[in-house]
Amino acid sequence: MAKLAIFFTLTLSLLPFLSHSFSPDTPTDRRILVLLDDFSLKSSHSIFFTSLKSRGFDLDFKLADDPKLALQRYGQYLYDGLILFAPSVERFGGALDVAAVLDFVDSGHDLIVAADTSASDLIKSVATECGVDFDEDPSAMVIDHQGYAVSDVDGDHTLIAADELIRSDVILGKTKIEAPVLFKGIAHSLNAANTLALKVLSGSPSAYSANPSAKLSSPPSLTGSAISLVSVVQARNNARIMISGSLDLFSNRYMKSSVQKAGIPSKYEKSGNEQFVTEVSKWLFHERGHLKAGNLRHLKVGETGEPAMYRIKDDLEFYVDIFEWSGNSWEPYVADDVQVQFYMMSPYVLKTLSTDKKGLYHTSFKVPDVYGVFQFKVEYQKLGYTSLSLSKQIPVRPFRHNEYERFIPTAFPYYGASFTTMAGFFIFSVVYLYNK
Amino acid sequence: MASPESTINGPTKADSKSLRNAFGGVIAFIILVLIGVLAFSIRLFSVIKYESVIHEFDPYFNYRVTQFLSKNGIYDFWNWFDDRTWYPLGRVIGGTVYPGLTLTAGTIWKVVNSLNIPLSVETVCVFTAPIFSAFASWAAYLLTKEVKGPGAGLTAAALLAMVPSYISRSVAGSYDNEAVAIFALVFTFYLYIKTLNTGSLFYATLNALAYFYMVCSWGGYTFIINLIPMHVLLCIVTGRYSSRLYIAYAPLVVLGTLLAALVPVVGFNAVLTSEHFASFLVFIIIHVVALAYYIKGILSPKMFKVAVTLVVSVGLAVCCAVIAILIAVVASSPTKGWSGRSLTLLDPTYASKYIPIIASVSEHQPPTWPSYFMDINVLAFLVPAGIIACFMPLSDSSSFVILYIVTSVYFSGVMVRLMLVLAPAACILSGIALSEAFNVLTRSIKFQLPGIAGNSTVASEESGSSSVVAPSDVSKTEKTEEVAKEKPVKKNRKKEKENVEKKPTPSKTERRLLVLPLEASVIAVLLLVLLGAFYVVHCVWAAAEAYSAPSIVLTSQSNDGGLHVFDDFREAYSWLSHNTDVDDKVASWWDYGYQTTAMANRTVLVDNNTWNNTHIATVGTAMSSPEKQAWEIFHSLDVKYVLVVFGGLVGYPSDDINKFLWMVRIGGGEFPHIKEPDYLRDGQYRIDAQATPTMLNCLMYKLSYFRFVETDGKGFDRVRRTEIGKKHFKLTHFEEVFTTHHWMVRIYKLKPPRNRIRGKTKKSKSSRSVSSKRDVKGKRNPWH
Repeated sequence: MAKLAIFFTLTLSLLPFLSHSFSPDTPTDRRILVLLDDFSLKSSHSIFFTSLKSRGFDLDFKLADDPKLALQRYGQYLYDGLILFAPSVERFGGALDVAAVLDFVDSGHDLIVAADTSASDLIKSVATECGVDFDEDPSAMVIDHQGYAVSDVDGDHTLIAADELIRSDVILGKTKIEAPVLFKGIAHSLNAANTLALKVLSGSPSAYSANPSAKLSSPPSLTGSAISLVSVVQARNNARIMISGSLDLFSNRYMKSSVQKAGIPSKYEKSGNEQFVTEVSKWLFHERGHLKAGNLRHLKVGETGEPAMYRIKDDLEFYVDIFEWSGNSWEPYVADDVQVQFYMMSPYVLKTLSTDKKGLYHTSFKVPDVYGVFQFKVEYQKLGYTSLSLSKQIPVRPFRHNEYERFIPTAFPYYGASFTTMAGFFIFSVVYLYNK
Repeated sequence: MASPESTINGPTKADSKSLRNAFGGVIAFIILVLIGVLAFSIRLFSVIKYESVIHEFDPYFNYRVTQFLSKNGIYDFWNWFDDRTWYPLGRVIGGTVYPGLTLTAGTIWKVVNSLNIPLSVETVCVFTAPIFSAFASWAAYLLTKEVKGPGAGLTAAALLAMVPSYISRSVAGSYDNEAVAIFALVFTFYLYIKTLNTGSLFYATLNALAYFYMVCSWGGYTFIINLIPMHVLLCIVTGRYSSRLYIAYAPLVVLGTLLAALVPVVGFNAVLTSEHFASFLVFIIIHVVALAYYIKGILSPKMFKVAVTLVVSVGLAVCCAVIAILIAVVASSPTKGWSGRSLTLLDPTYASKYIPIIASVSEHQPPTWPSYFMDINVLAFLVPAGIIACFMPLSDSSSFVILYIVTSVYFSGVMVRLMLVLAPAACILSGIALSEAFNVLTRSIKFQLPGIAGNSTVASEESGSSSVVAPSDVSKTEKTEEVAKEKPVKKNRKKEKENVEKKPTPSKTERRLLVLPLEASVIAVLLLVLLGAFYVVHCVWAAAEAYSAPSIVLTSQSNDGGLHVFDDFREAYSWLSHNTDVDDKVASWWDYGYQTTAMANRTVLVDNNTWNNTHIATVGTAMSSPEKQAWEIFHSLDVKYVLVVFGGLVGYPSDDINKFLWMVRIGGGEFPHIKEPDYLRDGQYRIDAQATPTMLNCLMYKLSYFRFVETDGKGFDRVRRTEIGKKHFKLTHFEEVFTTHHWMVRIYKLKPPRNRIRGKTKKSKSSRSVSSKRDVKGKRNPWH
């Protein structure tokens, strides 16, 4: 009783925190803080900001060195997302620092970081903490003598028409981005072991990162498709981070300009920047690709109600609900690759779930002939989607003493033998004792 | 020690025979009751000095099982699949536990409650052991009475009631199998001897039932099923075959094996393992012998000789065939059909060579010489006298006692734990020795005391016919003389011939011979009493000081005489039960498994029922690995908390650092990348600045000594008496969540996997860890 009471008080006291920290009901962010180097960016990047506002976001513009800067007040976050359009800031104002930004991410909030040739150590260290390594040479830029944009006026081929996009409808939307994306900025790389980070826009095989004004004395450290121009990271708590090597990517100027990639005759009236940026920001702010799973339940075939324990070789049915956030409501998620594991140190059963297209996934299988403490595990990690990891513990017991077969047909000769022996012994005793 | 004297003196003081017998019976009964009270009350020191609490490790499991039994009934207990231990394998408790103790305590609890005495299960469990040690004393009385008469019986019972070896396993709160098993053991032996003496099928059946109870109670039942066949074989070889022997043995094997197979934990082992083969072999032999005797009875001597050759040749052939089959069956199994513990008994070096998990348990180590003096005290000197007393006359029953003591001495020399089996045997033989000695001495005194000179002859005669003394008086006299030789107190062995016996039998002269001088007898009696007094003093001291500590609560005497109590274990367990989720898994070395499940009600990976070596080795490997690999192993097993026991602050020697080499050995036995030499500097186990880097970086070191330097600024370990080698370090994958008052138990929580994966630039240190993480994972984690 006392335990129950403690549990309830604990839940009640935690409830406000739970509901505020990350509301699973409406995962889309609402309040976004935009940190700028100076307010002129507000107008030069207005298309991007307007598209956000039109999708219902509250944008709060502040200077990066605003002394009153704060992400949280009284232990609660004031914003759901953060856009760092301040590549050159050396120190944030107010209570904000790298650790605060990372805490913000670790508590489930989203982040856009745009760097530039003038990127400060501060911005670079934020990126590093998220798994993105900018080129260490501060003067280096991405140069591509093959894939540069024809409109490049400087002639040093640093304005790149990039079209190596990630193939993912979830991140980039259903409509294909036809036009190349204009990019001018610095390169970064991802650790191959980093499973959380993805290259959304990567450099062409002929790209490399070097100082355009200096002569190359040694081979560039970053070359080819190892170069990532724009990356996204989905942290383990499903917070999403976008890191771009170029701030101009978001600018009105690049969005409106026409683009022609060198060596390719087709010319586009409008670059792919606007579509690219809008679609990625939709993904980033959880308007797309956000799944929720729950209501894991299982029952023995022919019974209602969840048992506390299964017996080996029981037949069971398994259900789980998966929904996808469409931007304003939860829609059933339809896929044919959701699997459930019946797991004890290794999966004993691995079944693909079938869906009724209304969000309910279902399968049935036989409990293996092994007892122990199993788990129903749904581990769903699909490119672009939030990763689902659900598990429910369920013990599996061996047969009870009276659940075995009472008589085994093959043993009937033995039964017969023992009974005839007993009868024979009895008769022998009677004869021996009373037949003198 | 007052009781044995009064036993001897009591009956002899009465005048008429029948009155004396009745009087003796009443006194014997009162003495037995007092012995029971003594046996019970001497074991209450632990309750008085500490509290009514379950002790140590295994009793907590038994307590938990009893709770389950009392709550859910016997069928659920039988089918109990426990999912809170050996995660994620679970354990079928009903099929792997000896249910005797649990059923006994459960029955007591049920009876007591149905009488409207509301005792808690815990109270019943705490007091089960003292109750059964009283029963064991009475069983010892019965057994010794069968061998050498009630005088010896009472002495043996009194000795057994307070023998320290048995006290160590049966103080109040020590709720372990041995508590009831010793009673069952002695009682089974009593019924065997009783059957042997009476030839009654009734007792033979009771004997099988008692054996069944023993099988239910303790794995040591194999001792019975090997000792009794040995004795039967001995009887046959020495030409003592009789129908009584057959009745005592054959039903026991048939019924006993059938009944033993009913116990789930034994099951088919009762006919499949080598431990039981001796009984079957002797079963065959006794039938052959019985047939031989039968044929001898119906045939003429001439015919018999022919028959003998026939039977012997056929019998030999059959035996050879059987032995050949047995050897073939046994050789086909990898351990030659013997379980590890039994092999340890036969080859004491077996365990340390092949099974570190058996060798790691301190009670499986061979005892040291002082432990004999500690555990059976003066009995060690009385036993040889008792053996000699048993040889005259050598009856079936006394030869059994001799065999019992000889085998149990051997077994106790192999394993400390089996000292417990030796204790009853030592008590029985010492009881016989003391009783015989008193018998002789008091009679000598009586012969020579002028006041009762007239009575003395009558008394001596009657003592021969009364039940106090065993059948043959003649041989006993010789034997007591031998006893006298053994006693260091009896220096004067000058023979008195003044007293004249009335009986004109050969025994007369010999009886005259044994009469010792009055002074010598008086002094000898006094010295014997003194010896007994020493024994009592030692036993009471052992019960009060040495063996009553519950080990869950520790005390120490501070300099000013005050008592300091260390209650860290319960502090930690209650922290766990109040601050962690019900389904959280706690990893610790297996010693603390039972306590964690019973007291904290949390799931554990391994516990004191060491049935799965691989699983224990996994935990050992994790404890001996660096933090990251350990984290991965624990994480793959869903562990949330890690518990370590650390004695360095208060000087508690049996902590995890001292057990650590066993973890390395056991872990290395399954996962060869853990190598013991990596943890030793020049073959020495050390944790100071000279320690190897592997040692200083392993999880056990880090969890034990994390923040330890903050206590005194130097990090001085009071168990190892040295400063620790690595003082300032941080934990990357674990966080400290709780440390008890005296730092004896430290609980760490596994950090969740990192939310983000860091890049590599700038923080070169972290980048190395990130990049190495992947390839190491595949190799080191045994579950992948």
